[in-house]
Amino acid sequence: MNGAPRALDGTDPSTTILDWLRAQGLTGAKEGCAEGECGACSIMVARPTEGSGTQWTAINACLVPVAALDGQEVVTSEGLGRPDALHPVQREMAVRGGSQCGYCTPGFICSMAAEYYREGRCAPTAATPDPSQNGHEPAATANDPGNAPDHEHGPNGFDLHALSGNLCRCTGYRPIRDAAYALGAPADDDPYAARLAAAPPAARATRLDGATGTYARPGDLTEALSLLADHPDAVLVAGATDWGVEVNIRGARTPFAIGIDRLPELRTLSVGDDSVEIGAALSLSEVERGLAGRVPLLDKMFPQFASRLIRNGATIGGNLGTGSPIGDTPPALLALEALVVLASADGEREVPLADYFTGYRQTVKREGELIRAVRIPLPLSEVTAFHKIAKRRFDDISSVAVGFALDLREGVVTKARIGLGGVAATPIRALATEAALEGRAWSADVVREAAAVMRAEGTPMDDHRASAAYRTATLGTALLKLHAETATQQEVGA
Amino acid sequence: MSALSERPANPVVGQEIPHEAASLHVTGEALYTDDLAVRTHGILHAHPVQAPHAHARITRLDPSPALEVPGVVRVLTAEDVPGVNDAGVKHDEPLFPSEVMFFGHAVCWVLGETLEAARLGSLAVEVDYEPLPSLVTVHEAIEAGSFQGGQPHMERGDIEAGFAGAAHVYSGEFEFAGQEHFYLETHCSIALVDENGQIFVQSSTQHPTETQDIVAHVLGLPSHAVTVQCLRMGGGFGGKEMQPHGYAAIAALGSTLTGRPVRLRLNRTQDMTMSGKRHGFHAQWRVAFDDTGRLQALDATLTSDGGWSLDLSEPVLARALCHIDNAYWIPNVRVNGRIAKTHKTSQTAFRGFGGPQGMLVIEDILGRCAPQLGIDPIELRSRNFYVDGQSTPYGQPVRHPERVAICWEQVLTTGDVATRKADIAAYNASHEHSKRALAMTPVKFGISFNFTSFNQAGALVHVYKDGSVLITHGGTEMGQGLHTKMLQVAATTLGVPLSTVRLAPTRTDKVPNTSATAASSGADLNGGAVKDACEQIIERLRAVAAGRLGVHPADVRFSDGHVGKVGGGATVPWADLVNQAYFQRIQLWAAGFYRTEGLHWDSSAMHGSPFKYFSYGVAASEVEVDEFTGAYRLRQVDIVHDVGDSLSPLVDIGQVEGAFVQGAGWLTLEDLRWDESDRPSRGRLATQAASTYKLPSFSEMPEVFNVALLERAHEDGAVYGSKAVGEPPLMLAFSVREALREAAAAFGPAGTSVDLASPATPEAVFWAVQEARGGAEPPHMTAMVEGAPGVVPDQPGADAAPLRPRSEQAAQPARAGT
Ligand SMILES: Cc1cc2nc3c(=O)[nH]c(=O)nc-3n(C[C@H](O)[C@H](O)[C@H](O)COP(=O)(O)OP(=O)(O)OC[C@H]3O[C@@H](n4cnc5c(N)ncnc54)[C@H](O)[C@@H]3O)c2cc1C
Ligand code: FES
Ligand code: FES
Repeated sequence: MNGAPRALDGTDPSTTILDWLRAQGLTGAKEGCAEGECGACSIMVARPTEGSGTQWTAINACLVPVAALDGQEVVTSEGLGRPDALHPVQREMAVRGGSQCGYCTPGFICSMAAEYYREGRCAPTAATPDPSQNGHEPAATANDPGNAPDHEHGPNGFDLHALSGNLCRCTGYRPIRDAAYALGAPADDDPYAARLAAAPPAARATRLDGATGTYARPGDLTEALSLLADHPDAVLVAGATDWGVEVNIRGARTPFAIGIDRLPELRTLSVGDDSVEIGAALSLSEVERGLAGRVPLLDKMFPQFASRLIRNGATIGGNLGTGSPIGDTPPALLALEALVVLASADGEREVPLADYFTGYRQTVKREGELIRAVRIPLPLSEVTAFHKIAKRRFDDISSVAVGFALDLREGVVTKARIGLGGVAATPIRALATEAALEGRAWSADVVREAAAVMRAEGTPMDDHRASAAYRTATLGTALLKLHAETATQQEVGA
Repeated sequence: MSALSERPANPVVGQEIPHEAASLHVTGEALYTDDLAVRTHGILHAHPVQAPHAHARITRLDPSPALEVPGVVRVLTAEDVPGVNDAGVKHDEPLFPSEVMFFGHAVCWVLGETLEAARLGSLAVEVDYEPLPSLVTVHEAIEAGSFQGGQPHMERGDIEAGFAGAAHVYSGEFEFAGQEHFYLETHCSIALVDENGQIFVQSSTQHPTETQDIVAHVLGLPSHAVTVQCLRMGGGFGGKEMQPHGYAAIAALGSTLTGRPVRLRLNRTQDMTMSGKRHGFHAQWRVAFDDTGRLQALDATLTSDGGWSLDLSEPVLARALCHIDNAYWIPNVRVNGRIAKTHKTSQTAFRGFGGPQGMLVIEDILGRCAPQLGIDPIELRSRNFYVDGQSTPYGQPVRHPERVAICWEQVLTTGDVATRKADIAAYNASHEHSKRALAMTPVKFGISFNFTSFNQAGALVHVYKDGSVLITHGGTEMGQGLHTKMLQVAATTLGVPLSTVRLAPTRTDKVPNTSATAASSGADLNGGAVKDACEQIIERLRAVAAGRLGVHPADVRFSDGHVGKVGGGATVPWADLVNQAYFQRIQLWAAGFYRTEGLHWDSSAMHGSPFKYFSYGVAASEVEVDEFTGAYRLRQVDIVHDVGDSLSPLVDIGQVEGAFVQGAGWLTLEDLRWDESDRPSRGRLATQAASTYKLPSFSEMPEVFNVALLERAHEDGAVYGSKAVGEPPLMLAFSVREALREAAAAFGPAGTSVDLASPATPEAVFWAVQEARGGAEPPHMTAMVEGAPGVVPDQPGADAAPLRPRSEQAAQPARAGT
């Protein structure tokens, strides 16, 4: 903890990192929502890179059980700098008016610092924007075309999505963006930068017994499965981004939690000749980096899934584990015809994702089973898209989500796979629409006909996110939008 | 230039400096009320029992099962109140209710050794309810005739004559949503009993004096036995003007009864389900234009959704009426206001305080009418601007109206509006599925509390023997940079460097009888008081310096920590002079006081000059709308805003930008949805968390955001020539809404007028696009009608009470709002 060990004895599985930190007197991290939405609780943890080094990774301290930090390395805003010795990120934020009430600020600092240290953030060749030129776009002077500045990237390679999970009610964000875009490269003697070369602490097997329950982190899959067999009421905890919300908002308490987020067997990523296999406990950020664009449909989905803070924890196993009808990975994975690999003490089985969901938050997953991986068959369709309808562009839950994967041969749709979320009790395939497209020309007329079919898929409902009428209407326009995009390659809409 | 507004040479005011606590913010070392909990030994935690009905009678409340829960220390109920069981200033808010008035109303509070124990205890308390019929929407209240408080009426000219001769008459209805404050820091109070039974409450409050009043009133103590301190707030926005008092009183009551410190911090769900919000409004309107598009008459009835109790609803409504003209001259006006009583949280102050709601009505009218009139909205708006010599419908002369036109011209130029409009037209012609639009709107906002008595402030300035200075004033810091500005004012007046001055947290035992830090008035009022205190000290030191330097007192000059003679020569360091003065037995501290002169207001007649001056600003916003989903992007925003001669430019620009984005959030994204069904969850706030109630995030920040402060904008009536800035720029966000309307209309034939719901979420914009293309009417909207009779605004009944804040009734304690 900020460079010194602190004892975790006697913590309950439902004690979050945030509550623990604050009880320790480390009150820099704040609670703004307790459900992963505001980022006021953001902290940095040392996590592995794809290679052998460390990546400072910002996560929501309000969601994760502190027991999961046993043996881990953590940094908070207090650890980064002091008022009389500010960290470069803190200095930029302070001098540019990046804080007003200051309540969101420590969280922004941690999210920003993690991005500051991100490997591959492009070299800081750009001139530092002049703080007095408050409103103006930073000059586009980066020399790396792959990291060219745009509305979401700074001239220093800073990716604004790193801050998509931090809310500020005071500033309107412009000075925070300017602070982010003004950051140079870490100094040579920066201890946090120096730390990146070495591996993070290994995840060790743990068992912490508290007053109301136990948190156990098994060392491997076999141990996990036998624990699960012994404790049928145990709750699996991966990134804890759903679990933390259950604990904080709905008062869920669990006598026995099994931490599966560091299990090596659930953290593999392999690209074979006929499939891509993604470990269920890799965070979405890790999957995104590991795949490096090899599954374009997922690449389109990732930036629309929650925020970077959440994606740094959230796993595909957890997204499928809840059986939620509004998760964002299912529509994409359905379009990709993914299979779910389920493991239990008795062995493994594979289930097509299309058969996995059986009802509202119901799945074929049996007691004693966990999701080890998802498998995506190759080759991939060449035309793919992910449409997410939500109120807010960054970090919102879908009202409707659509994953498309189409094969076109000489203007004819040879194969269509469309996954839908938010329009029924489970994620579904738009089978009637697929049939209306397959074997027919990818033409405006056919698309209009198929769009009418798609409009009638599912049984959307009214809720506070969207009306049923709007859900139906946007289901009906999704294919038109895709067609417009593919037909003219013209950039449409937001 | 007045003595108040004139700046000395080399002033510290006007310097661009970061927030005074910035280095504490960024390191996490700045303390907020809840951060004190871990530093307070033996503290208890409070948790509410919230009622699951919109309206019900409590038939039985049995706390005893809660006491069986390990760690539960006590359950606080109505019987425990030694003073008055009331947390409001209108005596209509029982702290422990016998009748549940909204879904989530706290009926009692459990104290526990841990928050978990208190939470489990709250689940164990047994309460029986007899559900009663409820009114959840403003429509239901209007239909049922359920109103509360006074019904203000504002009239000027001859309304019928205005309509009779007009070339164009339109009418319509418009209902728009309120807004959750969503300060990042939720309500929090920590109370403890000090020596000799004195209660010390640390509270996240914008109004420490009123928190003190209510705590004293609930505990049955005189005010001198209660001290309230506010270190700083993690945002307030008006949500902590009136709402913290009850929570502070619960903590204080718990502390008196147990003898232990008590912490009451609401979690986000509790905060959203229990605390008041910006008022949503319903408006009926009729408007008349002449054949050149000049406004001739406006007849409107505004109904605010006040929720279950009055709180600040009356002054909020008064300010709405006073801002329905925005920056436009309307010769004949009649506006009526009334407050619906509904079974919802009690709606309260929120940045702009009714002003935004009043102005939204006229901007919506102009946006809807412009296509019908065949006049470009930019032209229609500027054609109606006030000019010198005109006055508002409530009779206040509009001073400096030319500043709107100057800001307007500057935005047209710096925003390159003509070129961009041409680009937009070309873009729209070549893009079938997405459209862009640029809209401009002005702001004119009256500064001062409408209620004259509140326009006063105090400060305490200590100069210690070593020359260091400590200031305290009656205003609270919630991120708006008030403390930064007060440090600058003190350093300027004393002629010392900023580092010589420190500021201590706001406390009622330092400066008593303060007004809320609200109405954007914090810097004007407290700055006047700080300056006054510093000037008293300077006057005394002047005599000492005159003797030491051998010059006439009038020729002594204090600047940058040195005291010398005007025109140069030898100087004495500030600290030396101070030390010398101490030995000469000169008083080195002073209490300062300020009251705004020249205000008068008759709220029953809705007439007078309630405002010291008007703040002005103009924004141009460009958006792009996607046909398929209604999703949009805010491509560019250009703002010129009048803050007078800025006291602190970095702070002021921050206020303008932050207010703009917050306003855009209200108008486009933030969606308060109450359950209006007949299910048992009727009246429940469905969007009661950050996951369902979406605030602007980085994705809503304008992609290009240019903010300039109006130059040569000296304001004679305020401290060092500055103007208030907290609220006015929020209303610049109307330009976003109007741009969305125009972009949606661009999907239809030229001259299309569309109705746009508020908030203009992607879904609402989607329906507006459908309407433009000749499809269905957007749900929840009433179409605009051309010609008479159209919509005829309701007129008040004979029994309607005029608006007469309690505080105007001489015998009552002055406690009503802004
Ligand atoms: C602020 C916020 C925003 C969000 N936005 C989105 C969004 O945009 N789109 C979206 O789809 N979701 C979103 N979510 C939901 C959440 O992030 C995802 O569902 C996430 O994928 C869950 O993964 P996790 O590892 O955190 O799961 P956990 O919380 O650890 O677990 C969730 C559930 O799955 C079970 N589980 C976990 N791993 C496995 C496994 N390997 N095998 C079997 N069961 C398992 C657990 O027992 C638990 O019941 C959001 C959540 C938050 C808090
Ligand atoms: S407290 Fe809001 S994200 Fe953790
Ligand atoms: S500075 Fe107040 S919430 Fe960001």
